[in-house]
Amino acid sequence: MIAYLIKRLLGLGFVFFLVSIVAFLLMHSIPGGPFDEAQMPLPAAAKANILRKFGLDKPLHEQYLIYMGNVVRGDFGISFASPSETVAEVIGRTWPVSIALGGITAVIALGIGMLAGILAAVRRNSWIDYLVTFLATAGLTIPNFVIALWLILVFAVQLKVLPIGGWGDDWRQLIMPVIALGLGPMGIAARYTRSSLADTMTADYIRTARAKGLSESMVVMRHAIKNALIPVITVLGPMVPNLITGTIFVETMFRVPGLGKYFVTSVLDRDYPMIMAVILLVAVLWGLVYLITDMLYTVLDPRIKLA
Amino acid sequence: MSAISVERPLPASDPVLSRPPSNLWRDAATRYSKNWLAMGALLVVLALIFMAIFANLLAPRAYDFAVLKDARLFPGQKGYILGTDDIGRDLLSRMIYGVRISLVVGLSVQAIALTIGVSLGLLAGFAGGWVDFVVMRIIEVFTAIPQLLFALFLLSIMGGGLFNVILAIGLIGWVEICRITRAQVLSLREKEYIEAARATGVPSFQIAVRHLLPNALTPLIIAVTLGIPLAMFTEAGLSFLGLGVNDPLPSWGKMVGNSFSYIRVYWHLGLFPTAAIAITMLSFSFLGDGLRDALDPRLKR
Repeated sequence: MIAYLIKRLLGLGFVFFLVSIVAFLLMHSIPGGPFDEAQMPLPAAAKANILRKFGLDKPLHEQYLIYMGNVVRGDFGISFASPSETVAEVIGRTWPVSIALGGITAVIALGIGMLAGILAAVRRNSWIDYLVTFLATAGLTIPNFVIALWLILVFAVQLKVLPIGGWGDDWRQLIMPVIALGLGPMGIAARYTRSSLADTMTADYIRTARAKGLSESMVVMRHAIKNALIPVITVLGPMVPNLITGTIFVETMFRVPGLGKYFVTSVLDRDYPMIMAVILLVAVLWGLVYLITDMLYTVLDPRIKLA
Repeated sequence: MSAISVERPLPASDPVLSRPPSNLWRDAATRYSKNWLAMGALLVVLALIFMAIFANLLAPRAYDFAVLKDARLFPGQKGYILGTDDIGRDLLSRMIYGVRISLVVGLSVQAIALTIGVSLGLLAGFAGGWVDFVVMRIIEVFTAIPQLLFALFLLSIMGGGLFNVILAIGLIGWVEICRITRAQVLSLREKEYIEAARATGVPSFQIAVRHLLPNALTPLIIAVTLGIPLAMFTEAGLSFLGLGVNDPLPSWGKMVGNSFSYIRVYWHLGLFPTAAIAITMLSFSFLGDGLRDALDPRLKR
C-alpha cells in the first residue's frame, strides 16, 4: 500500500512537472511579451533594467526554475490585471466563493441524482425509469449556460421571484446558480447509480437474500445499495474538482465573484501569472482527487487490491 | 479426383434459410431503427445538415446584413419572423447560418481529433515500450486539466477566431480516441479468433478488414459521434465568453452571450439560440447513444 502510494505520488509529480513545462513554454512562445518594443517604447538601458528586475533577461530554463521555486513556496507572482494583488491573494479571495457554490451544488446534485438513480433501478422499465433516464440525459447534455439563461428568463425576468444574480446578500441568490450548475452532475449521478444498481440486482447474493424471504425493500436497502454505490464513487469523485473550479459560465452569468469568473477575466486580459497558477492548481487537484478516489475504492471493497 | 460435394437444393420457403445473411451493419441498422428516440434524433440531425448545406437558400436575409433602424425588433415585427438583434440583423437568418458554424466546428474538430488520436494510438499500441510510455504520459497531462480550461488557455495564447477555436478544441479532443485505438490494438493482437483466422490461412489483409476493422471501428464511430456535441458545446461556450468565433460570423454561443445585456426586455435574443443549442446537442447525444446500443449490444443495459 505504501509502495503503491509512493508510486502514484511520483507519477503525479511527473505529470505536474510536464504540465508546468508545457504551460510555461506555451506562454513564452507568444510573440510580444509584456515589455514589447511596440507596446512600450523605452530606452535600451531602462528596458534592460526592467527585464532584469523581472528576471526576463535570464535563459529560459533558469526562468522556469526560479518560477517553480517560487511556486513551491506558494508565490505565484503578481497578477498583471490587478497589480496591487499577488496571484495568491486573488486566488485566496475568489476560490472560497467557488468552493462554497460548488460544495453546496455537489451535495444537493449528487444526493438527488443518486436517489433518482436508485428509484429508476428499482422500478426498471416503468415510467419513473424512463423519466429519470430522459431527464438525466437532458441534464448532462444541455450546457449549463443554456439552462442558466432559461432560469433567468423564467424566474427573474418573467415571474420576478428570484434575484437575477449576485452573491452573499440573499440566500435566494443561490437557487438558480445551484440548479444550473447541478443538473449535469445530477444526470451523471442518476445514470451511473441506475446502471450500477441494476447490475447488482442480478447478482447471486441478491437472489439468496430474496430466497431467504427478505422483503424487496430490505433486499435493496441492506444488500444491493451498499455494493452498487462503490463503482459510482469512481465517477463522482472526479466531478468534485470540476464543480469547484469549473463553474466558469454559471459564475459569469450570475455575477458570482468566484475563481471561474475571475479566470475568464484573466484569459481576456492575458494575465499569464494568474492563468498559469489556476492551471497548476487544477492539475494538482485532479491528480489528488483521482488518487483519493482509488484509495476510497479499496476501503469500500476490500477485494480490490492496488498495485 | 475432385472433392465430393453434395449439393442439396434448399427449400426456398424456409423462413430461416431464406433470410438474408446477417452482418454487423445490417443488424445494427435493424436495432437502431427500433429505437424511436434515436430515430427522432437522426431525423433532426439530417434536417440540421440540410439546413447547413442550403443555408443561403433557406435564410431570408444575409447573416451579416444589418439595418440599424430595425434594431431589436420582437418576433413578427416588420416581417422579421424571429425578430432582429441589437444592430438590426435578422435573427432567423443568423440562426440558420449558425447551424453551419456549429456543424463545421463539430466535424472539423473530430477530423483533427481522429487524425491525432488514431495515429498516436496505433503508434503506442504497435510500438510499445518507451513510445507507449511517452504517449500515455501525454494523455495524462491532457486529462489533468478540464477541457474548457485548457481550451481557454490555448485561446489566450493563439487568439480567437473560427480557425483557432477549431484547432484548440481539436488539440484537446483526441485523448479518448487515442485511448480507444491503443486499447483495441493491444487487445486484438492477443485475441484467439485472430489467431484462429491466421491458423486457417486467412491472409493478413483479410484479417485486418474482416476482424480488426469492425472491432476497432465501432468504438471509434461512437466516440466520434459523441465527440461532435462536445466540440459544439465547447465552441458555443468559448464564443459565449467572447473568446471564440468573431463577428460577424453567427455562432449560437456568441448570440447567447450578446443577448445577455438585453435579457430583461428582449427575451427572444437569448431564447432562440439557446433552444437551437439544446436541440442540436440533445439530437447528437441521442444519436450517439443509439449508435452505441445498436453497434455494441453487449453494452445494452
